[in-house]
Amino acid sequence: MPQLEVSTFVPQLFWLAVTFVILYLLMKGIGLPRVGGAIDARRRRIDDDLARAAQLKAEAEAALAAHQETLAKARAEAQAAVKETTDRMAAETAERQRQLSDALARQIADAERQIAAAKERALSEMPAVVTEVARSVTEKVTGLAPDPAGLAAAVNHVLAERAS
Amino acid sequence: MAIELRPLEQFTIERIIPIHIGGLDLSYTNAALMMTIAVVFATALMVLATRRAALVPGRWQSLAEMLYDFVADMVDSNIGQAGRQFFPFVFTLFTFILFANLLGMIPYSYTTTSQIIVTFALAAVVFILVTAVGIIRHGFHFLSLFVPHGVPKVLLLLLVPIELLSYFIRPFTLSIRLFANMLAGHTMLAIFGGFAASIGLFAFFPTAINVLLVGLEFLVAVLQAYVFAILTCLYLGEAVNLH
Repeated sequence: MPQLEVSTFVPQLFWLAVTFVILYLLMKGIGLPRVGGAIDARRRRIDDDLARAAQLKAEAEAALAAHQETLAKARAEAQAAVKETTDRMAAETAERQRQLSDALARQIADAERQIAAAKERALSEMPAVVTEVARSVTEKVTGLAPDPAGLAAAVNHVLAERAS
Repeated sequence: MAIELRPLEQFTIERIIPIHIGGLDLSYTNAALMMTIAVVFATALMVLATRRAALVPGRWQSLAEMLYDFVADMVDSNIGQAGRQFFPFVFTLFTFILFANLLGMIPYSYTTTSQIIVTFALAAVVFILVTAVGIIRHGFHFLSLFVPHGVPKVLLLLLVPIELLSYFIRPFTLSIRLFANMLAGHTMLAIFGGFAASIGLFAFFPTAINVLLVGLEFLVAVLQAYVFAILTCLYLGEAVNLH
């Protein structure tokens, strides 16, 4: 069995030590830092990208929130303005209506007063007219001139009877 | 038949460049050549593949990173935070054995890890490192590794010698496991190959078995490198954390 030839042990051990140490130094010095560095760089890059994405997302959300707040404020302002205008217009309309109805009421009152005055006047002239009519009718029918005092009394009597 | 079956011949050490310094035989052998090639390949993978370290890795860089992550995970999960300082050693051990095993799969090449002296030297380095780490980190307290917790005092008379034995047998189990696997695999391949060559027309059957065996041997090559590395991690973890 060639493995048990003791004379080959020394050269094998020597070259094993040499090659193993060389490989160890190369790996420790160059190979592992380089590969590890590449892996770390990638991991860092991915982490950075993720962090930046998260930050951008937060910023976008903040912007959206600000936008919504502004929108809500604008809407509230608009609603307030609309309400104020509506209230103002309603108040103005009510005021105008009140003035109009006041004016109308005054006009109605004036007219009623005038009517009442006219009626009063007409009624006050009534005995004289009726007496005149009665006199002329009597004259036409009988040809006699009636006693003016008696006629007036008779007319007044009748008018008073009707009025009661 | 003219063809002679000599399946162990493939393990013969040949001195390519005889070097003798001060009575020591430091000849550059075929085994040393394969070790050199393993170092060159491992270095090529880890250094050249990442010469232009790309954010999106290419094929070779992916392979190098996979190897790195694989060993890093192994070290982290078995030793813990303190394991980082052993990472270069475990990585070198794993890649060295892995490349030696895989290069041995090339026909007419040489399998360095089929030499008991090579595997034993590696296992001895691991054993010495583990023991040194344990003593440096814990001093006298390191001996508590041999005393199992929560065991009746009487049983300790039995268990402590067993623990001691299982500790000091580690360099042998570790080295013989790798050596025996590589030796057996390559011997089997040589036996079936020689068998196929000697029976002519019916060579199909041993050849078919050899095809399957080559697949199995690739698995064994990777698996044994992994086993060696993970046992090293386990031992180091034990020495660092004491259970």
